[in-house]
Amino acid sequence: MAAMIEVEGLTKRFGPVLAVDDVSMTVARGEVLGFLGPNGAGKSTTMKMIAGFLTPTAGTARLAGHDVLAEPLAVKRRLGYLPEGAPTYPDMTVLAFLDWVASVRGFAGAERRARVERAMRATSLGEVIYYPIEALSKGFKRRVGLAQALLHDPEVLVLDEPTDGLDPNQKHEVRRLISAMAAEKAIVISTHILEEVEAICTRAVVIARGRLVADGSPAALAARSRWHNAVTVRVLPGQRSAAVAALEGLAGIAAVEAEEMPMDGLVSVSALPRAGQPIEAAVKQALGAAAIAPSELRIERGRLDEVFRAITTGRAADMAAGEAREAA
Amino acid sequence: MRTLLAITRRELAAYFVTPVAYVFIVIFLVMLGALTFSVGSFFERGQADLAPFFTFHPWLYLLLIPAITMRLWAEERRTGTIELLLTLPVAMWQAVLGKFLAAWAFTAIALALTFPFVVIVNLLGSPDNGVILAGYAGSLLLAGCYLAVGAAVSALTRNQVIAFVLATAACFVFTVFGSPVVAGFVADAIPSGALEAARRVSLIGRYDSITRGVISARDLVFFATFIAFWLYANAVIVELKKAG
Repeated sequence: MAAMIEVEGLTKRFGPVLAVDDVSMTVARGEVLGFLGPNGAGKSTTMKMIAGFLTPTAGTARLAGHDVLAEPLAVKRRLGYLPEGAPTYPDMTVLAFLDWVASVRGFAGAERRARVERAMRATSLGEVIYYPIEALSKGFKRRVGLAQALLHDPEVLVLDEPTDGLDPNQKHEVRRLISAMAAEKAIVISTHILEEVEAICTRAVVIARGRLVADGSPAALAARSRWHNAVTVRVLPGQRSAAVAALEGLAGIAAVEAEEMPMDGLVSVSALPRAGQPIEAAVKQALGAAAIAPSELRIERGRLDEVFRAITTGRAADMAAGEAREAA
Repeated sequence: MRTLLAITRRELAAYFVTPVAYVFIVIFLVMLGALTFSVGSFFERGQADLAPFFTFHPWLYLLLIPAITMRLWAEERRTGTIELLLTLPVAMWQAVLGKFLAAWAFTAIALALTFPFVVIVNLLGSPDNGVILAGYAGSLLLAGCYLAVGAAVSALTRNQVIAFVLATAACFVFTVFGSPVVAGFVADAIPSGALEAARRVSLIGRYDSITRGVISARDLVFFATFIAFWLYANAVIVELKKAG
């Protein structure tokens, strides 16, 4: 069975507010799905419904073939879930808490100890196991939540902002942990850190105002950017206007942007292509004709943050309209 | 079963993490002592029984039991751990029953610590220890009823103070329904049928007869049904909040 998570028409209404509006998606084993969206877009609500904490107004989710409404226990046994904010019982020690989760999950004796041990090692909790959780830093608390989700080696992981509140080293650790597990699990992580999506996700889904607005690989999403295949060169300040003039007239170029770099005093000139067409050769030729030798030439893959902003603020239409106007 | 026990154990341990549990037990014992010996005229009566002791349990429970139950669900809601609990492979009945049993066990511990009363009355005379045992059983059943109400009410809110006040009010209603004072007071205002119905769901009459040593199957069934009903209500409330 390839699709480990199947979400079908998931809808959640809180009174008059439509928090999640007909979201459908599937996640296969081996995939790491990045669940993106602005705050309040419905990410956490969707995850809560997949985990069986909230009852959907309409639609359902299936994990490894088990319906979350019809067989909630079968789903919960196969799911490792890190709720938003990683709630844990603050008065318990890390060890007691993980031990408790293990016994609730039905493990006993040597196996329970081994599983708790392994989860603590995977999340580097060794030094704090006898501390009450309330005494821990935010990063440690998050890792306790993560350890709790990994304890039973689940087939499906749903992690709501697993790296929130971690320092860069800890973020790196958690990403490595997720990547290491990715091959044999289906993983969904929500985040608003876009570099994280590019670093570990094989697929990204964007949700805005409760609706699913984009679904594709991070590279495919980035390709929707105006900056996809843009060429950026660095030239001397004196060559700025000449470079801009040389590029602006070209057929395949939609726009030219120039910006002085405070670091080295050079000017960065970027040519944005029409419809994502490759323009490297045309740019090189035009600059050569103007006798400008750039110190650096870079081809952009596209800017995920810009795509994210455009599709989540409903400016996708504006963007398309802008491109059409420029083409005219 | 292991899951249920794990939940009960954690809840019970949570009572003793803070000094609140010990303070609670001390207040319970001191209050019972004061009420039994002064208000209840334990010595002056000259009778070797614990009737004055058991008389005050319903009224003391009215204030103390909601203090035990207010935490159960409201705290989980406030800290968000309810999301953790309900996404673990725990059936709703296990969560509800596990919490209830923990609260009941805690009450049983507090009640067990009243054993000096039994020792004293046995030193002073020769009481009917069977009746005393029945009294303890009745007290524990009554506490179970209050706990079940309190736990269900706790699931309604994330605020422990609100949970406490609502539980006290609800338990008060179920207690005073049967008391002659209230019955006489409202007898003119409400139809006799309603009064009779109210008396049927009242806890205090049945409690009184058990503490007098009269244990009837009907009363036991009533207490069991009462507790089961409120535990079911508790599960329904938690389930409804999920849909909210």
